[in-house]
Amino acid sequence: MKEENVIISKGLTKRFGGFTAVDAITFEVKKGEIFGFLGANGAGKTTAMKMLIGISNPTGGEAMVAGFDVHTQQDAIKKNIGYMSQKFALYDDLTVAENITFYGGIYGLSRKQIREKRTKLIETLGLGEIAHQLVGSLPLGWKQKLAFSVAMLHDPQIVFLDEPTGGVDPITRRQFWEMIYKAADKGTTIFVTTHYMDEAEYCHRVSIMVAGKIEALDTPKKLKEQFEVSSMNDVFLRLARNIE
Amino acid sequence: MKVIGYIIQKEFKQIFRNKGMLPIIFVLPLLQLLILSNAATYEVKNILFAYIDEDRSASSRELIEKFNASEYFDVKASYVNYKQASEAMLKGEVSVLLHIPQDFERNLVRYKKTDLSITIDAIDGAAAGVESGYINQIIQGFNKKIRLELLSFSNGNSKPVRIETIPSFWYNTTLDYKTFMVPGILVLLVTMITLFLSGMNIVREKEIGTLEQINVTPIRKGEFIIGKLFPFWVIGMGLLTIGLILAKLIFNTPMLGSIGLLYFYTSFYLLVILGMGLLISNYTDTQQQAMFIAWFFVVIFILMSGLFTPIESMPKWAQWFTELNPIKYFVEVVRMVMLKGAGFTDILPQLIKTLAYAFVLNVLAVWSYKKVS
Repeated sequence: MKEENVIISKGLTKRFGGFTAVDAITFEVKKGEIFGFLGANGAGKTTAMKMLIGISNPTGGEAMVAGFDVHTQQDAIKKNIGYMSQKFALYDDLTVAENITFYGGIYGLSRKQIREKRTKLIETLGLGEIAHQLVGSLPLGWKQKLAFSVAMLHDPQIVFLDEPTGGVDPITRRQFWEMIYKAADKGTTIFVTTHYMDEAEYCHRVSIMVAGKIEALDTPKKLKEQFEVSSMNDVFLRLARNIE
Repeated sequence: MKVIGYIIQKEFKQIFRNKGMLPIIFVLPLLQLLILSNAATYEVKNILFAYIDEDRSASSRELIEKFNASEYFDVKASYVNYKQASEAMLKGEVSVLLHIPQDFERNLVRYKKTDLSITIDAIDGAAAGVESGYINQIIQGFNKKIRLELLSFSNGNSKPVRIETIPSFWYNTTLDYKTFMVPGILVLLVTMITLFLSGMNIVREKEIGTLEQINVTPIRKGEFIIGKLFPFWVIGMGLLTIGLILAKLIFNTPMLGSIGLLYFYTSFYLLVILGMGLLISNYTDTQQQAMFIAWFFVVIFILMSGLFTPIESMPKWAQWFTELNPIKYFVEVVRMVMLKGAGFTDILPQLIKTLAYAFVLNVLAVWSYKKVS
């Protein structure tokens, strides 16, 4: 059976005046895949992702996300994706439970669904004792796990994670990736940007963006073979250096 | 609709949880009402008054006694010569000086005419004008009385023919400036607090990054905006209520018109302010920027609202400019309804302009709010 592509990008481009931030990127992401979207700072990762999640209009090219067009069906895309940004985006002055209720509410879940999700989520994250504490008082690692779970609240087909593990300790990062794997096992597609090359090794496939273009796209194993190096770190450095 | 409920719920939780914000919303406006209403007065009282009496007659003493009896003048000193007196004025010990020349009484009796000299410290021009008015009143009164005495003394037969104007002050019969100021300051606090809060609110979500998160959800922008602004509409109405209660309890400001009409008008007026707040939010990136812009508009609006200076005395171009000032309409309506007992048809012109204003601002604000960049 042919594998289903949930993200298809063909020549997707974003220009700001004379500057081309994203230069005709073409790639596909399969259902249930963990897709690593790498690149140096300023390479255009975040801009590309913003087009895919429907908060930035592409200048050119085409893309389908979860079966919907990024030019015309942005609202339909938003119903079917989850998003967690590098800027922690839960409300510090609401409690854990209130944040879950709020995001469940604006995704249009029913009261009953919200109640069930809330109970289950608090239980699986082991947040029972602090469910009624303000999120602002939690350690960063917990906040990020919570943010990921909230992004998954409405059972999206695809979750976009923009540098989700920035500033978190290695143990929490490991736990975070366990959550990602669990979600992928259930068929959720994961689209993740990161600067940690050890995390890139966890991905099924990675693309590496340099100056707005995708310069490499394959499984970590094949990329290492292609560049004849032993780690993703070296792959990344090789590509970035070529441009300089 | 359900989505709006979740946003409103969240907003109220955040507002009431913000310990720094609550006093700003509820305590500061009340202090403002109490302090400004008492302090922003047009009356000039306790005027430092001094005199030089070179006549030392019954008439001159009578005139001085009239000043002494007035509640506006505080007789500080008497001087023997002008040099002394002008030094005192230079030092700021005296602000009004009455100089009664020699032969004051004699000239009055003989020529039925005499001169007086008044010197006023006019550094504060407005106060000097008011003082001059008070002085005139007292001297007129003295004049009238003396004329009667002199006439009856010199010519018992002829009755003087006098025309006197007796002004009758309507709507604020005692000319109590508080009756005039309290409704105006009520307008101020409802406007300022609502504008600042709504202007900073959405920007705040921009700053902390949650706005991006909201934009990635399928929420409609209309739902989001209504959910965000409705709580501030409620707060605005709440402020009006608190203000009206205080106005009644503390200042005993009259309420001749219908309270319902005032609420009706305010419910639309707040839409103007909220639309303006949203517009400011859309074009700023930080709460600081939003605050500065909101301040800029509030200061201009207040000074040009007819609250402190009458619009009639502004130059023509400025009068035209005040047509764009929503606070002007609110000030007019509040004063009309509270002090004149104006009804629906009386405030209809203001209501229509306010509605048009609200419509334009909100269309602009909703149009400029972008979920997609």
